[in-house]
Order: sequence, then C-alpha cells, then structure tokens
Amino acid sequence: MNYRNLRGKTAIVGVGHFGLGQAPGYTDMELLVRAAHRAVADAGLTMRDIDGIASSSTAASMWVMSAIETLGLRPTYIDGTCLGGSSFMSYILAAAHALESGQCNAVLVCYGSAQRTATVGRAAVTEARKSLDPQPYEAPYQPLSPLSSYALAARRHMHQYGTTREQLAEVAVAARLWAQRNPEAQERAPLSIDDVLGARPVSDPLTVRDCCLVTDGAGAFVMVRADRARDLPNRPVHVLGSASAVWNRQISCMEDLTVTAARQSGQCAFEMAGCTPADIDVVGLYDAFTINTILFLEDLGFCAKGEGGSFVSGGGIAPGGRLPVNTNGGGLSCVHPGMYGVFLVIEAVRQLRGQAGERQVAGAKLALAHGNGGTLSSQSTVILGTAETV
Amino acid sequence: MSSKAVHGTDAASGAERQYFDALAQGHFNIQRCGQCSRHVFHPREICPHCGADALGWVRPSGRGTVYSYTTVRRKPEAGGDYNVSLIDLEEGVRMMACVVGRDPHGVAIGMAVQARVDAAGGAARVVFEEVQP
Repeated sequence: MNYRNLRGKTAIVGVGHFGLGQAPGYTDMELLVRAAHRAVADAGLTMRDIDGIASSSTAASMWVMSAIETLGLRPTYIDGTCLGGSSFMSYILAAAHALESGQCNAVLVCYGSAQRTATVGRAAVTEARKSLDPQPYEAPYQPLSPLSSYALAARRHMHQYGTTREQLAEVAVAARLWAQRNPEAQERAPLSIDDVLGARPVSDPLTVRDCCLVTDGAGAFVMVRADRARDLPNRPVHVLGSASAVWNRQISCMEDLTVTAARQSGQCAFEMAGCTPADIDVVGLYDAFTINTILFLEDLGFCAKGEGGSFVSGGGIAPGGRLPVNTNGGGLSCVHPGMYGVFLVIEAVRQLRGQAGERQVAGAKLALAHGNGGTLSSQSTVILGTAETV
Repeated sequence: MSSKAVHGTDAASGAERQYFDALAQGHFNIQRCGQCSRHVFHPREICPHCGADALGWVRPSGRGTVYSYTTVRRKPEAGGDYNVSLIDLEEGVRMMACVVGRDPHGVAIGMAVQARVDAAGGAARVVFEEVQP
C-alpha cells in the first residue's frame, strides 16, 4: 500500500491541554494525564476506548511505559519515539498507518512537562544530560544548549541573505500580537521591535526575547479513522499529509545552516496532501527561536530561500498580515514546556474547527503545523484539513 | 591535500577514544576514508559518505575559516563573554570550536584561522586563532 493513500483516512477528533504557564505541585505525568483526560472527553470517548498511545519525554527514556501504566491502558499500538519537539507531529503518520491497518482504533498522543516549577531544576537536568547523552565534540566549547546552535544559524542566515536583526525581531513581535488575541497565552504585554533588540543579549545575535518561553504545560490529542470520526461530537480534522526528516543531530554536523530538513519533510507532506503552500490558510511553525520561523517559511516553500526576512517584515505574519503564522502566540509568547509540538497540532485543530475565538482565521480549511526538535535536527510536517478538503 | 597519514584504524578501541587519546598527546587528527577519499569529522567507525569500513587518521593542516559564530554572554566575574564558532577546515570538514586570543566580539564569518591544541583548561581541546589569509 502506498502511504499516500492514507490521505484523509484518519482524523483528529479530540484535543485538550492543562496547566499552561505555571502548575506548581504537579509532576510531568500528572499534567499529561490531566490533558489526556480532557482530550479523550473532547473526542466523545472514554479512556477505555484508547488502544493506541504515543508519547515521549526529554528526561525519561522509557516514558511511554510509565504513561501506559498511569493511564491504565492495554494498548495494541505504542510509539515512544523521541525526536525532540517534533515528536508529536512525527507520531501522526505512524498512527495513521496503525489505525488504517486495524492495529488499533483510537490513538492518544500526549505530553506533559513541569519544567518551569519542577523540583529538579533545568540546570540539574542539563548537567545529567551531559553524562547520559554526551556531545563530546561540542561540549568542550560550552555552547548554550540549544540556544547557541540557533544563534549560529541566525548569524549565517544574516551573512548569506542579508537578513536583519529587525527582521528576526518581527517574528517575536508578530507572535506577541497573536498572543494578545489568545487569553491562554502566557505573555501578552506589548512588545516592540526595539524591545526585542534592546533585551538582554544571550548568545549573539539573539537576545532573550528571541527565545521561547520556559513554562509548564501539557497537551494531548486523539486520532481515529475518518469513518468513525463522523459519528463523534466534534467537526473532524483530517490528516491529509505528514512526513518527518532528520539530517543531523549536532549543529556542527548540519551541512548548510540556512537549509533545514524541513525542506524534505515539507515536500513529502505536501505531495501526500496534494496541495501547495499557497493553499494553506493557517500555519504553525515551531518557533523555539525567532530564526526558526524564517527558516521554516523558506524551507516549506512559503517563500524563496533567503526571503524569509522580508516575508515577515512589516507585520507579514502578524494579525492582518499576508499569512497567519503561530496564531496562538507560539512558543515565543503562548507556551513552551520543553517540547512544544503538541500545542501546534492543538492550535491547528482549533482553527479548523472554528474555535479560535478572537484569533480565528476566517474560513480556515487547510492548516499546516511544523515541528522542530533538537538543534534544527528533526523536522516533522503535518497538513490538516476540514472534511470538505478530503 | 596537505593532510598526511599518521596511522590506520586501531581495532583496540573505538574512534572516539583514539581521537581524544591523540588530542591528550597534543595531536589533532581527523579521519579520511580509504574508499571514497573524503575527510570525516567527528570521528566515526565507518564512513558516513560511502559506508566503507576504511577510515584512517590524518593530520589536518589546521587551516580553516569561520563558517558562523556566536558570542556567548557571560558575567565578567565568571570569565566574561566568549566565542563559539563553526570552523570549516580546508580538508572539507566542519567542527565547533572557540576562536581565542582576541576580542570575541571581533570574530567574523570568513575569518582565516589556524588550529592549535589547548590543554590550559584541563582536558585538551582544539581551539583556533586568527591568522592572515
């Protein structure tokens, strides 16, 4: 069977989140369970209906087993792959295969992190990772991980294409303007280009306002076959195309710092979905840092390579701009609990259901959500559509 | 190519151990594939370009150029700001390293640099200094 035949055969029927921002007193797993419970209820199902699960954690290598145990599941389909922040997009194509083959009937994709308020601080986790997951060819030079890797990419993009500091700042300002329309977003105070440029420099050319938030939070969604989705309470959001790509782990092994593996994942996802960037109504791009949004706009084909900076200029991706990008406020202004990918899927679903409130993109039928993991290492693209697009 | 062979693959340990053992002796080596002739860094067991089990060690010229750089901000009392760069060696491989011996804020893409082994901070590491191209 050609995997492209999976186009439209499955749908996301439930979404849920919990503990966005600060959730003191909760563990990662407790947050995950709360979000999972909401997503399953939103789907019009019960936890007993869930027979497939996909989840991962940045800290625990056997995380999905703990999630199965805690939720009390007996799944026939299990995906514990960790591709960093893009994991939650990468689960979608594999889950579509499993659903369509009959291996399972309802897949729960879920994530939770208390990284903001956890008793084991991020510094301790970073230290532990040095021995558990060593990077001996980069660590001796003390790059801030992962920030300095993105700073290196930003600097190269500026050198090669004339991208400006102000254009990077435009990405953060656009995210903030969207966040101001989202009551769930964590940072909603006014933010100007000058604010971003004048913020504390961390790893040049990036300042602290070029970096995503550090929050708690959990998110989940439920996938079923399209025929079953029709009988469930929510308007189904169909999976039209999806693909993942990894070309490197370390930034020092990335061949061209201005071209990510999103070029491959995007091309495959668009081919499967049978549409082009011009058809997409609403876009979510994993904005761990401002340079990400510019790189992914280019690599996914929303503009030519090197033109991402001018594409975002003058409010190009802000409300009222040429393309609505990161309408929830993104990792930069909405929420970013370690791995953010699941929230991009949730926002795409809400937009396609018409439930995005003040930030709703009118008549949105096709959405693209793109995840990134590691240091521009993993790239996963998913294209979702309303029933009429199938 | 200015690199010269120093020794072949030593089956007694993996490439990573061999690399750091040589570095501790003050020698910066990279690998070259006997099958496809391409240079390889970081050290590996088989060639990432052609898959052959034919990697041997060579001594690079140490000449390189800055491909990209960042200045990591650090409080003066902790040592002050420092450079982290990606350096393209003339053998065609790239590595992360620090450009040292100058104001980190003056490093630029395209700057010509020369490698040396620095053991001042404890474990030996390769660092680069600016040279006239």
